[in-house]
Amino acid sequence: MLAARVLGTLAVLLVLSIVIFAMMYMAPGDLVKNLLGNRASNPDTIAAIRAQYHLDEPVVTQYLLWLKGLLTGDLGESIRLQVPVTEAIGARVGITAAMCAIAFAMSVVVAVPLGVISAVRAGGWTDRIGNALSVLGLSAPTFAVGLLLLYVFAYYLPILPVYGGGDGGLDTLRHLILPGITLALGLGAILVKLTRTAMLRELEADYVTFARARGLSERTVRNLALRGAAIPVVTGASLVLTFLVGGTVLAETTFSLPGLGTLLEDSVLFKDIAVVQALTLLVAVVIAVIALLADLAYLLLDPRLRDRIGVDS
Amino acid sequence: MIGVEITGLTVTGPAGTMVQPFDAEIPLGTTLALIGESGSGKTLSAKSLIGLLPRGFKAEGAATVADTPLPVGRDDASWRGVRGRQVALLLQDPFTSLSPVHRCGDQIAWTMEAARGHRMLRRERREAVAARLAEVKLPEHVAEAHPHQLSGGMRQRVAIAAALAADPQLLIADEPTTALDASNQAEILDLLRAIQAERRLSVMLISHDLGLVRGRTDTVLVMQSGVIVERGETSRVLSDPQHPYTRALIDADPVVAARRGSGEAAAVDLDGRPTLTSAQGIVKTFGHRTVLHEVDLSVREGEIVGVVGESGSGKTTLARCIAGLEKEDGGTIDFAGETLAPGRASRTPDQMQIVFQDPYSSLNPMMSIRAILAEALAVAGRGADEVPAMLELVGLPAEIASRRPAELSGGQRQRIAIARALAPRPRLLICDESVSALDVSVQAQILELLSGLREQLGIALLFISHDLAVVRMIADTVVVMRDGRVVEQGDCAQVLTEPAHDYTRLLVAASTRENAPAGAGKD
Repeated sequence: MLAARVLGTLAVLLVLSIVIFAMMYMAPGDLVKNLLGNRASNPDTIAAIRAQYHLDEPVVTQYLLWLKGLLTGDLGESIRLQVPVTEAIGARVGITAAMCAIAFAMSVVVAVPLGVISAVRAGGWTDRIGNALSVLGLSAPTFAVGLLLLYVFAYYLPILPVYGGGDGGLDTLRHLILPGITLALGLGAILVKLTRTAMLRELEADYVTFARARGLSERTVRNLALRGAAIPVVTGASLVLTFLVGGTVLAETTFSLPGLGTLLEDSVLFKDIAVVQALTLLVAVVIAVIALLADLAYLLLDPRLRDRIGVDS
Repeated sequence: MIGVEITGLTVTGPAGTMVQPFDAEIPLGTTLALIGESGSGKTLSAKSLIGLLPRGFKAEGAATVADTPLPVGRDDASWRGVRGRQVALLLQDPFTSLSPVHRCGDQIAWTMEAARGHRMLRRERREAVAARLAEVKLPEHVAEAHPHQLSGGMRQRVAIAAALAADPQLLIADEPTTALDASNQAEILDLLRAIQAERRLSVMLISHDLGLVRGRTDTVLVMQSGVIVERGETSRVLSDPQHPYTRALIDADPVVAARRGSGEAAAVDLDGRPTLTSAQGIVKTFGHRTVLHEVDLSVREGEIVGVVGESGSGKTTLARCIAGLEKEDGGTIDFAGETLAPGRASRTPDQMQIVFQDPYSSLNPMMSIRAILAEALAVAGRGADEVPAMLELVGLPAEIASRRPAELSGGQRQRIAIARALAPRPRLLICDESVSALDVSVQAQILELLSGLREQLGIALLFISHDLAVVRMIADTVVVMRDGRVVEQGDCAQVLTEPAHDYTRLLVAASTRENAPAGAGKD
């Protein structure tokens, strides 16, 4: 099962790399002009640059050169930054990963209990407030939420920094609070809804009635239902996490964070194909790994599935 | 000392009084049967005795268990310490009443731990669970199993052990065998009977099945629309019913009819009729599991063929292969002399149609009856002006066309599903458990409708059911299936009177709800 899965993922990655390469090739703009900027140019420099980056070769050859490099472990060089791609990404990956982790942790820690309480006291005030918040969180665009938070917590109440990634450690953490909340709001909204629905369905289930009929305490009954609801909630959480990994560009731009999102944005504008390729593949791999982890989590959560695929419980 | 005493119990809901006040007594060690059709209020009465009424419903009245009053009509907190320890409720469906993700032993232990108010030590817990499992005749290792690893009958035993683990004095069993296969039903009821005698329990058995109640309960209450219309000793009520509703229930009951020997379809002369459809050597596998092993079946023009078997016997898969809803992996299916390729693409709507079990989910709730039937007629190139004629065919008034499925009763919905299936004028109608979800009186009417349609339209029927008692009321020929094989087939009356296979004998016994012949139900 795992082998088929890895092969499938590799095939997707290959197709993806071809599509992205072709789109970047066809996009308007000229790499040489971007590179030279306002400096004076003469035909010799242009020819030299074109030769150095194989820009004179047919597009298929260019792609194959990139693929060959990839297979030998060389992701190429960022033309814009004049450093190896691995270095360009390595310098930025920490802040994006931290931001995603903070956003995900915040959304799970708030949304799952809120969803559970909303379901247990369906129609109560927690439910109504949770419902209103999740409608708000789902419908508000990321950049608008980001700007609003900036106004409130960095401008009117200057308790948090306005932009940048900070100087590392606690300072960076402080800088990541607002972007984290911005991302977490949308995610949390989906998770509250998912948890509430899953929990409501479990609470209606016969086994919950039977548990009550045998005198089990309300707390035990609720834990039982939560254990049953965990399966759909994990699915939802993994989907949301992949969505989060893809959606960091807006938050990073709003808060001027030097992360992968802004790197991707700049590289696309510059036609810096090597970086764009590497970043897209990185995101795709991360999404594939998350999906795999979610599937492994099902095995842990659902004994029926364990038996069906023949894993010993 | 009287076991359970109920006085003036009544349930009111959003639509008014659902259960009119009634009294009842269940002495220690006896069983009271509460009989009625769906919607009669029997389940509401039961749930009011354990404080688990759905939202919006309220109970009043008084009940005592061993002279201790139950907090009828009070809030959840008052019921703490009562549920499990004085009263326990056993639900209908063992496939859903146990948590699918927890081990059976844990689920039994929770009841005991809830009653004691603390967790048990590992060894004490294991021994206590083993003792409870032994009481329901299950081996100790079942404690380690998850519910999906057990058969339906074993799951219901686990549920019984879990319900009784805190030693209640009153057990309310709400249709405890309805979801089980015929060979398990009698076993579970007899087990309950034995435990009851051993523990001197009071049992309230809720059922719609009169055949099941006979010989296994002491007294009967018959409930109709929330009113007790008849009460008395079980044998007296069943042999000499006073109220017309009780009489109607008994007459409609296929089991009671089977015992009287009257519930058999009138013989139709089928000799010389040409074969309409035949399946030869059908093999179907799902993954590594083979569900059909070279099954043969044939239906003649205008014949009603009953296919009987338990869940998992392959009867539904066979029907779905014939209808083209599943693709068989081997064998051939002929229809009117032509061989049909597997799958739907090779079939036309005027060959065969299927009527499913659940009329609540097989009709689109957003469409009016007129739209549902017009859609089916349009497929066959017939106009919407034929809708009234279709309704008349299934015995429904034309005014019903403007309603939606939710406004109809279960029986009316199933009639609509039949009318929809008949719209393309099929030559074969496949009924997959089409009456199983209906109350007995409605069931009898639908069976009558189906055999009437056969006479009127000359169509053939493939009638699939788990209940031989139902099949014998309608079928000319019966096919008995088990574990993906046909174990016996032949003329319906002959198979029933002289079953050749052990398994058929078991089903025949189950169809009269008598005790299973020893050993026949074991795998």
